[in-house]
Amino acid sequence: MGDLWVIGEPGPDGGLARLSAEVATLARELGASSGRDVVGVVVAAEPGAAADELARHVPRVLSITEPAAADHAWSALAAARLAGLLDGAAPAEAPDAIFVGAGPDGRDLAGALSALTGLGVLTSATAVTWSETGPAVEMSAFGGKLLPTSGFTGGRGIVTVRPNVVTAVPAGSPGTVEARDAGGPAPPAVKVVERVSEAGAAAPIEEARIIVAGGRGVGGPEGFGLVEQLASVLDGAVGATRAAVDSGWIGYSQQIGQTGKIVKPELYLALGISGAIQHKVGMQTAGSIVAVNRDPDAPIAEFADLLVVGDLFEVGTALLEQLRARPG
Amino acid sequence: MRIVVLVKPVPDPASGGERLGANGRLDRAAVPAVVNGNDEYALEAALKLTAAAPEGSEVTLLSMAPASAPETLRKALAMGATRGVHVTDPALAGSCAVSTAKVLAAALKQLEFDLVLAGVDTSDGLGGTVPAAVAAYLGLPFLSYAARIEPDEPAGTVRVRRISPTGYDLLEAPMPALISCTQALGEPRYPTLKGIMAARSKEIATRSLADLELDPSTVGGAVATTQVLATKVPPARGATEVVRGTPDEGATRIVEFLAQRRII
Ligand SMILES: Cc1cc2nc3c(=O)[nH]c(=O)nc-3n(C[C@H](O)[C@H](O)[C@H](O)COP(=O)(O)OP(=O)(O)OC[C@H]3O[C@@H](n4cnc5c(N)ncnc54)[C@H](O)[C@@H]3O)c2cc1C
Ligand SMILES: Nc1ncnc2c1ncn2[C@@H]1O[C@H](COP(=O)(O)O)[C@@H](O)[C@H]1O
Repeated sequence: MGDLWVIGEPGPDGGLARLSAEVATLARELGASSGRDVVGVVVAAEPGAAADELARHVPRVLSITEPAAADHAWSALAAARLAGLLDGAAPAEAPDAIFVGAGPDGRDLAGALSALTGLGVLTSATAVTWSETGPAVEMSAFGGKLLPTSGFTGGRGIVTVRPNVVTAVPAGSPGTVEARDAGGPAPPAVKVVERVSEAGAAAPIEEARIIVAGGRGVGGPEGFGLVEQLASVLDGAVGATRAAVDSGWIGYSQQIGQTGKIVKPELYLALGISGAIQHKVGMQTAGSIVAVNRDPDAPIAEFADLLVVGDLFEVGTALLEQLRARPG
Repeated sequence: MRIVVLVKPVPDPASGGERLGANGRLDRAAVPAVVNGNDEYALEAALKLTAAAPEGSEVTLLSMAPASAPETLRKALAMGATRGVHVTDPALAGSCAVSTAKVLAAALKQLEFDLVLAGVDTSDGLGGTVPAAVAAYLGLPFLSYAARIEPDEPAGTVRVRRISPTGYDLLEAPMPALISCTQALGEPRYPTLKGIMAARSKEIATRSLADLELDPSTVGGAVATTQVLATKVPPARGATEVVRGTPDEGATRIVEFLAQRRII
């Protein structure tokens, strides 16, 4: 019986990426239900902090120092080191499943690792259980219209996991960290010339519990001021439709939908958004959907839980006042 | 500049009728196919890059898809691509992402290029790993989530702005390289009437597994690494509550609703 591996992605501050802690919690639950050991793996230029953090979630962490990761794209390097580790692993150590977050880095890593190892990939898991034949991975196809559950024909493979599938909870007792040399191929060099933080870059919307989103109805960058104020009083993040992004009112990183991000917050508050299918596929699995639209026949009326028919500036301003006036 | 764009026909997401057949594979007869949205951004970027350096430039579409794909590829040719290469073989039905990447890599080995552009993912929603896998099979530098692409032909390098959670990373690699593309590269053009006419006579070459010198026992449905175990339809959302009234009344109802659901 093989182990379960969790890839700990280095976060922007050198610690562990938030999503990796969730993935580790999920793997620990699966380890417990399937009787498998869980092993964390961190590949970074300075893996120490991320490895220590990952060890709060799983009993054993392999820490691989890859100096090139300091100024080269992470995913191809990490995939090469993991392939090296898998190659050198004793049969008893070979994992039955490798879990990684379904963010951009995790996806890139999963793709490269699948080519290097021939292992299959199941992407963007919304739930994972253990079946007789290995992991059973629920995904969301065709923008959430269908939820297939898939497995690996050979029983083993790579799974990428969406944010908010489980809540990260540290293990009862911390695990150990072992430094490892991994070997593996030298991937072609992709240099990071510069990392640019854009002023006002918002928190990643995929991880937000509450999203306040604006569409064309918001009318301009100033209109997003109201959206931002509402997001701030609700302790949420700002999202947008493509119409708003294309108009240059807000950055592409906030776009939700088919060619933007797929989100699953507890609350999606949609202001001046019609609910076009390409937008709907990015947010329809939100816990609660509340919309403000002056058109009662907008498509969003068909899938919102609550639709307030009215002007978004009038309703939004009143809402802001009422939320601010609430005690606590 | 010679660019190959990887394009995948997908069921039209705007049709709303996509479904899986009894075998767990996509039911392609259910809805019309279109070029995957992100692949159109990749193609638009390719057309702009080649227009900036027209000398010896060409844009080749590469698609692994069922026999009906040329209909879909014509639209991409009408946007301005030079030609298409269509990999199709009965043994490829039911391919997993690993096989798809292997086949695309084999087809790319027979083409000459400075850049390969792909979409970051496909709208049928289970992917996003093919571009990185193709790059790994070919040993090409992989630059992903591109918001801007700046080749430097004399230096033989390419720079890409990769979207990051906090802004962007500026990446640089030698060419040839493989780049996955986002909408931030810019709106795809509409085919002109002239483009549509010209596309009718553009070449779409067909390649079988034998043409690619791939053994059918190593790729395709027979060796798929993943399988659908079960499918379900998500529970329908409840009825929509519609509130009309003054802005204050609307806001009051929202606050009540959020409190009832313990969101605030
Ligand atoms: C390949 C492809 C990919 C796409 N990908 C995406 C994607 O990822 N994400 C995405 O969002 N879209 C995407 N789209 C675009 C999508 O089809 C819609 O055009 C877009 O979602 C519409 O955005 P909207 O709702 O903001 O604008 P509109 O459809 O114009 O709706 C604006 C709404 O605001 C309301 N309104 C206006 N003023 C007010 C006011 N003062 N008060 C209250 N209500 C008001 C109107 O009644 C209307 O319902 C894609 C399209 C294509 C073809
Ligand atoms: N069958 C295919 N033929 C050509 N390109 C493909 C194919 N599958 C995937 N791609 C490319 O890889 C990108 C990501 O696909 P995927 O990983 O399947 O979501 C697509 O946007 C295409 O550019």
